[in-house]
Amino acid sequence: MPSKPITKKLFIGLLALALLSPLGIILPEIFKADGAWGEWSTEKVAKDKGYVPAGMKRDASRWKAPVPDYTTGKENDSLLKRSGNYIFSGLMGVGIIGLITLGAVKMMNKK
Amino acid sequence: MHIPDGYLSPQTYLPLYGVFISFVSIAVKKIKKNLSVKLVPFLGMASAFSFLIMMFNIPIPGGTTGHAVGAALIALMLGPWVAVVSVSVAVILQALIFGDGGITAIGANCFNMAIVMSFVAYGVFKLVGRKTGSIARMTVAAFLAGYISLCVAAVITGVEFGIQPFIAVSPQGLPLYSPYPLKVAVPVMAAEHLLVFGVVEGVVTALLFRYFYKNNPEMINVIR
Repeated sequence: MPSKPITKKLFIGLLALALLSPLGIILPEIFKADGAWGEWSTEKVAKDKGYVPAGMKRDASRWKAPVPDYTTGKENDSLLKRSGNYIFSGLMGVGIIGLITLGAVKMMNKK
Repeated sequence: MHIPDGYLSPQTYLPLYGVFISFVSIAVKKIKKNLSVKLVPFLGMASAFSFLIMMFNIPIPGGTTGHAVGAALIALMLGPWVAVVSVSVAVILQALIFGDGGITAIGANCFNMAIVMSFVAYGVFKLVGRKTGSIARMTVAAFLAGYISLCVAAVITGVEFGIQPFIAVSPQGLPLYSPYPLKVAVPVMAAEHLLVFGVVEGVVTALLFRYFYKNNPEMINVIR
């Protein structure tokens, strides 16, 4: 590892980001903002357009993500619970990236 | 900016998968050749940074949300090829585990957020901030790198959405995939990123660039 202090600082920074991540669901709720443009469910497209395009209908539900939308809970869960799930998702993502990185280091060291 | 499954036709997402795979295989070759194993942890941390920064949905009051990507800062710090790989890892994970962005759209989403952003950001910085040594000028260059790269990526995403009603239509004349034409998709994607989300990417890039320039300038790829 390169100079210790900087890696430690970066780790602390990443941890802080993960812990602050619920802002990413709290602020949109406070300011009554919907999701991102063009990322709507087929139900919302149907409401907007009066129909669901055939290809979209077929492809939209192809993949069932294990942790959809970074929450394991339901939509009517309290904001606190969703915030906890959100932090957990953030840490889980970082953990998986960490494992991939370790794997890459091991593979590169072998040669 | 994470295009879900069902919004892009195969004639759009398959070529973009091809472009994505080509870029990643070149990037991996370059990384194996040039990057010391000791620096791989930085690639991982960059990927984690991108993953986390994308969780910060920024609201436009009463409207939509969007987010920064972090690709610009990573491109300046570690070079565009490393940035392509680290942001792609984050985008693939978001699709597979968290359903953020489609499986069929992984190529397109990586093209927009990892490839386009990294190279545009790097190019903008080189053009604006090059060889001056003035921290003020480099801060401006870092801001513009973030701002312009995210806006360009947003417009390209808008084009990908917007061409669908023209290229994939049912026998009855209805769109098969994204039903929003260019004249709707491009202005919306451009406006929200030009006015809000691009500014956030720019500010994040500029602030962190300044921090690293003051504390660990030897780490910054783009000024080497």
